[in-house]
Amino acid sequence: MAVIPVERKPLSLAERTYLPQIAAGLKTTLKHIFQPTVTLEYPEQRPTIPPGYRGVPTLVFDPHGREKCVSCQLCEFVCPPKAIRITPGGIDPADPAAHVEKRPQEFEIDMLRCIYCGLCQEVCPEEAIFLQNQYSMTGYTRAEMVNNKQKLYELGGTLPDAHFKWDKKKAAEEHGNAH
Amino acid sequence: MIAPSKPDLVTVNIDGREIAVPKGTNVIEAARLVGVDVPHYCYHPKLTVVGNCRMCLIEMGMPAVDPATKSPIMDPATGKQRINWIPRPQIGCATNASPGLHIRTQTPQIKDCREGVMEFLLVNHPLDCPICDQAGECKLQEQATGYGRGYSRFIEQKNVKPKRTLLGPRVMLDDERCILCSRCIRFSKEIAKDDVLGFIDRGSFSTLTCYPGKKLENNYSLNTVDICPVGALTSTDFRFKMRVWFLKQTNSIDTESSVGANTVVWSREGRIYRITPRRNDEVNDTWMADSGRELYKAVQATDRLTAAKVNGAVSTLDLALGAAAELLKVGRIAPSAPSPIAIVGSGRSSVEEQFLTKQLADALQAPTHLVSRVGEGDGILVSADRNPNTRGALVVGLVSDLPKVGTALRAVRTSSTQSATTDGSESRPYQEIHVGGLSNLAADIDAGKIKTVISVGEDLTAAGLTAAQLAKVAIIYLGTHANATSAAAKVVFPTLAVFEKNGTLVNQQFRLQKFTKAVPAPAGATDDLVVLVQLAAAAGGPALPADIHELWKFIAASVPALGTMTFANLPETGLLLDATPWAGWSFAEGATLHYQPAGGSPP
Repeated sequence: MAVIPVERKPLSLAERTYLPQIAAGLKTTLKHIFQPTVTLEYPEQRPTIPPGYRGVPTLVFDPHGREKCVSCQLCEFVCPPKAIRITPGGIDPADPAAHVEKRPQEFEIDMLRCIYCGLCQEVCPEEAIFLQNQYSMTGYTRAEMVNNKQKLYELGGTLPDAHFKWDKKKAAEEHGNAH
Repeated sequence: MIAPSKPDLVTVNIDGREIAVPKGTNVIEAARLVGVDVPHYCYHPKLTVVGNCRMCLIEMGMPAVDPATKSPIMDPATGKQRINWIPRPQIGCATNASPGLHIRTQTPQIKDCREGVMEFLLVNHPLDCPICDQAGECKLQEQATGYGRGYSRFIEQKNVKPKRTLLGPRVMLDDERCILCSRCIRFSKEIAKDDVLGFIDRGSFSTLTCYPGKKLENNYSLNTVDICPVGALTSTDFRFKMRVWFLKQTNSIDTESSVGANTVVWSREGRIYRITPRRNDEVNDTWMADSGRELYKAVQATDRLTAAKVNGAVSTLDLALGAAAELLKVGRIAPSAPSPIAIVGSGRSSVEEQFLTKQLADALQAPTHLVSRVGEGDGILVSADRNPNTRGALVVGLVSDLPKVGTALRAVRTSSTQSATTDGSESRPYQEIHVGGLSNLAADIDAGKIKTVISVGEDLTAAGLTAAQLAKVAIIYLGTHANATSAAAKVVFPTLAVFEKNGTLVNQQFRLQKFTKAVPAPAGATDDLVVLVQLAAAAGGPALPADIHELWKFIAASVPALGTMTFANLPETGLLLDATPWAGWSFAEGATLHYQPAGGSPP
């Protein structure tokens, strides 16, 4: 392959002093000093989370304080990285939620496996699992990175409910047949 | 019952395809033969036909004949005999094959019918799928996918019915889910012969219930859970334990008696959750006893043996084999003298294990004994002989005669007559099983003729030997659970439960049946075949493979009755062996489903 030598244009005096370039740079800096800041002082400042954000999956209570999960295990089934592990169980007949019959004994989500895909929220027939705004999960051990049932409810809290399916069911049971 | 005794074939036409079926064959079964699915709920191949779910509606027609001359009326357009279609749909389950019968299952009218039936069935059905144990194996869910409309036009209040009724100690009823198919009622009446279930009230108030003062507590009650097409009947044992779609199904055999009911073991990640029957029309139809469904609990029992032991101290498999080999070297006084070693084989071992036990006995020239377990048969699917493989020991030649019925009584908790008391605790009467057959061995030990006993999975104390007799001999014990024999044994090999290994059993019909490994063995336990192969080698016997497929080549070569067999080619429904060498023997079993005792009367 032929080598073609390219003749370099000699620098002008202004270019050799670098002063115009420094001035141009300072102009950009000064312009941004007086513009509103776009960065955040994380972790002191936290970003506002847009609606529909998929953060850490959590379990939620309904407004009456009933845990909504009935341990149907559909999320465990659909979870692509198999991060969810549920131990199903019955509900004590003396419990106010006894008419729901079923709740998780234990519910574990391994956040080292979770890929935040949101399929668990999508598949949930009871609207009990939500990927909410929490985005930062840290820990020193693998065990710390597994969210158990208690942690999941702490993270999830209470969300509004549009149906109150089980309350209606209980009311119908107490009311008896219409005819 | 679908098959008549005489196969009198008739040709029927189903969706344009002709098929020859025995006369009287149910249309649902005939359609199944040509690969056409007729959805149904109340129809069950092993129960009588009632036709009350109306899901199997079909269009039916017969070839037209002139009423006066009985000559066929031809259709000039096609040149074939004209078909007179009945204008209204018929139920498939109550329609029997007759010559020239024409069936249509895919017409718009039939689709409309199925969708209409589905809508009515779902009108009062609760939205329980997330908490319903039947979800995943629910016929209503399956048919709703095909014929449901996806939304409900029913805006009125749904019916309210009792949701949590205990019908018996093992069956829970949710009346709201019930679609009133009456399969459970027919099963109780026809198969279990314990008529306790019925419907009360009319119309949408109809409710399944037990007759006053009665409970569904017979030993076959869990079959109603299996045949329930919806989640109305659920097992209290399996309730809320695991969703069925996670469970792996493994074919196995019920080892509670010599019936050898075919089963499916449902497990997930090495844990067994339930056992259900597997259809075998020659053995157990589609049923099995409740008592056989509880056998998996022993696998997870806390008294499992999980480490080889020498003189009571935990050891390794190699050291235990060495110690056992030393014990086997106890020579006889003279070459003609009887062997000081005795072997107790087991009717609970698989055919392969019994074959290897026989090899071990041959190498040692040791006498063999078999422990007998005789209880009371229930005439259905629990036979009197509670050893699942007594006949296997006869086939491989481990013993040449049946063991004597023992006198040692062992009280065994049985499900057959148990009842739940009002405070929820179960009061189960005990059923007695005669365990024994070792009286000769006991006499030999007392006479000082026997110095070493190899027990292949049998608790000698339970079989009638006293602690003093056990103390007189050195015991080599192969077994799964801790007991008096394992405590007294010099060498203990922890072995595998039936769900943890492959093997075959010979049932009361001399039917060779295969069971396969469902769950991995607990750490520390060794395959029985490995231990027996090593022991036989240590005793100077032939070198045999412990792999079951390789081992079967040796078994086929040395046992004439199994000559054509390999483990792989044994069909899932079993293989009937030639039983003529044992014809006329007095086996313990009385008549059970698909079994009539031949020859002599039970002892």
